[in-house]
Amino acid sequence: MTKVIVGMGTCGLSAGARQVYEKLEGILGANPGAFELSGTSCIGMCYREPLVEIRSGGERTIYGGVTEELVQEIFDRHVRGGEILEEHVALGISEGEIGSGSETEFQSLQEKIVLRNCGTIDPESIEEYEKAGGYEGLRKALLELTPEGIIDEIKASGLRGRGGAGFPTGLKWSFAAGNDADKKYVVCNADEGDPGAFMDRSVLEGDPHAILEGMMICGRAIGASFGYIYCRAEYPLAIRRLTIAIDEAREKGYLGEDILGSGFDFDIKIKQGAGAFVCGEETALFASIEGQRGMPRIRPPFPAEKGLWGKPTNNNNVETFANIPWIIVNGAGAYAAFGSEKSRGTKVFALAGKVLRGGLAEVPMGTTINDLVHKIGGGIKEGRKFKAVQMGGPSGGCIPADLGQTPVDFESIPATGAIMGSGGLVVLDDTTCMVEMARFFLEFTQNESCGKCTFCRVGTLRMLEILTRITKGEGEPGDIEKLVELGEKIKEASLCGLGQTAPNPVLTTIRYYRDEYEAHINEKRCPAASCEALVDFNIDPEKCTGCTLCAKNCPVDAISGEPKKLHVIDNSICVRCGKCITSCNFDAVYKS
Amino acid sequence: MITTGMEDNFNYRLWRYDGAPGELIPLLQSAQDHFGYIPRRAISYISGVTGIPESEVYGVITFYSQFRLQPMGKYLIRACAGTACHVSGSKTIIETIEDEIGIEVGGTTEDGLFTFNTVACIGCCSLAPVIMIDDDTYGRLTPSSLRKLLRQVKRKEQRATATEAEAGCRDRA
Repeated sequence: MTKVIVGMGTCGLSAGARQVYEKLEGILGANPGAFELSGTSCIGMCYREPLVEIRSGGERTIYGGVTEELVQEIFDRHVRGGEILEEHVALGISEGEIGSGSETEFQSLQEKIVLRNCGTIDPESIEEYEKAGGYEGLRKALLELTPEGIIDEIKASGLRGRGGAGFPTGLKWSFAAGNDADKKYVVCNADEGDPGAFMDRSVLEGDPHAILEGMMICGRAIGASFGYIYCRAEYPLAIRRLTIAIDEAREKGYLGEDILGSGFDFDIKIKQGAGAFVCGEETALFASIEGQRGMPRIRPPFPAEKGLWGKPTNNNNVETFANIPWIIVNGAGAYAAFGSEKSRGTKVFALAGKVLRGGLAEVPMGTTINDLVHKIGGGIKEGRKFKAVQMGGPSGGCIPADLGQTPVDFESIPATGAIMGSGGLVVLDDTTCMVEMARFFLEFTQNESCGKCTFCRVGTLRMLEILTRITKGEGEPGDIEKLVELGEKIKEASLCGLGQTAPNPVLTTIRYYRDEYEAHINEKRCPAASCEALVDFNIDPEKCTGCTLCAKNCPVDAISGEPKKLHVIDNSICVRCGKCITSCNFDAVYKS
Repeated sequence: MITTGMEDNFNYRLWRYDGAPGELIPLLQSAQDHFGYIPRRAISYISGVTGIPESEVYGVITFYSQFRLQPMGKYLIRACAGTACHVSGSKTIIETIEDEIGIEVGGTTEDGLFTFNTVACIGCCSLAPVIMIDDDTYGRLTPSSLRKLLRQVKRKEQRATATEAEAGCRDRA
């Protein structure tokens, strides 16, 4: 029977997938048995949401930008009449091969291992996961492999931690396996806190069983019988789907005692984070699970020796665990065939910012930044100029467009001063001010600093003060040197990853865009025309209706004009408060 | 029988607490679900049951951004301040909200209608700039479309109050 599948990830829902689904329920109610209706999660093409897939036999047609009206048409013409509405097709897949559609380019360089099930199965159904080969990895790990065998396989695959640091996963497991204790733990870090990153959310929402299966295999390998998933509370849908998945896995005997008759016991509990970026750091995360303030502690002892509740613990990121079942089933060689020499496999990136096609893309390690931005992302919005990418969120840095040939892997990216990070890739165009960008990230880390180390607590605040001054046009000669000195000291003298990387956005922008800093300080000018204190405000004559609202709201009477006629801003009086921009009902005020 | 509903209930959780470590944050979360915020008396209850000093409970509450010590408005507006939203103009969006409802980030309107916060990232980066009103997400906003949206919510509330008042008059008559 024809299946109609609606993309119901967070991005789909916010674009109106719920209304589309309800409309389909209505159609199905009026035409019982006409098709089978189900939901799936993020299909990856967030920019084309809501997405609706019509699947019959080996033919899959994914429609993009679906409205309630279009749904009716799709039903009448496609489901009933068998006619494909070419102009709305985002992707046509025939027997697993991508054939037609407007979005073939977005998929062109992608290889799906982590996202293998995202957007194709119903994440709330364990049967669909099993049909897609789910829990085969667990079966093989429990019944055919020894714990050492599992670790050898992961080591041979070359998989490195996908949370950002890139530590070899197999090696990490062997440490925890080597420490004897009455209890050991497996922890999954699902506290995706980077602003601008949503890979883990999509996997949690789209393929929760893969994470459970990965954790179980890890438990078997290191000799642990209990696992925690630490998920941020801002992801309610992910938590709901994980809860369903855990219940289903228990019912089917994949979790609990004597799993698959192997004598291996394992259970998993979800812990909700309470909103603290520093809890992405593993020792802080353990403190939070233990019910305390999430503050990091000195390592050693490393978690493999003394982790959660003082017991040997192995902590990996969501994406790392999602890779595990695939590697066990398909073998280390198949995985290592992807990627570059020292960074094997694939990596999921969350493309966002000024890029035309924002969404999730999984590419082999070693793909260049240019390919990600131009081929997959389709270039820059509104035909503007590509300026830089920001990688690694507040711990990362900006890589300028002329380094666009840099391959994304654990060796090349750190060489630019940025970090791989968890996979957030925010594209910036020529309207983005790099000083303001650095200030933005520092404000974030300053806010999220737990306060334990003086350099991080006080140092980041001093840096933020200097940056704020510069963006307001009050920068002084010597500010750049002060920022570099403070940044280097904070990196050296902080205990955890947060402090050690917090100055990165500032240091990389100084490295590549020193001229922008100098323009702000010496010429009191913002080259990107973004910093409000340093630009002129203007009114677009095409958009202005002469409603007088901006003039009424201006605190210094800098705006003049007759009612129903074009208004003008006198920039010599203007205090750059931005009131006119926020009060205009026609979006007519702009900065230059 | 223990049902899921009971698991979430604050009083039930307090009563069931068996001294297992690590229960402080889940207890605080259920207190917040129950009261809408964490009132002074909930801190005392939790401290009394768990034996964790009130000062330490307070320390944990103020460490995490999820916990609130003040009651919340009827609608929670959360403006995304993530990177993608930032480069797409979230600052203007935040200022517009502040101006339209007359409170700053972190505040609650006097009529108890709105509480306004920012959040690090909602995860809908391709729809930036984004805000959430309760559980609904609104993307690709401009100052003017945002004002329209907020005014719609306000009007809906005014109409609801007017209908209530009318109904009240009819009842008395």
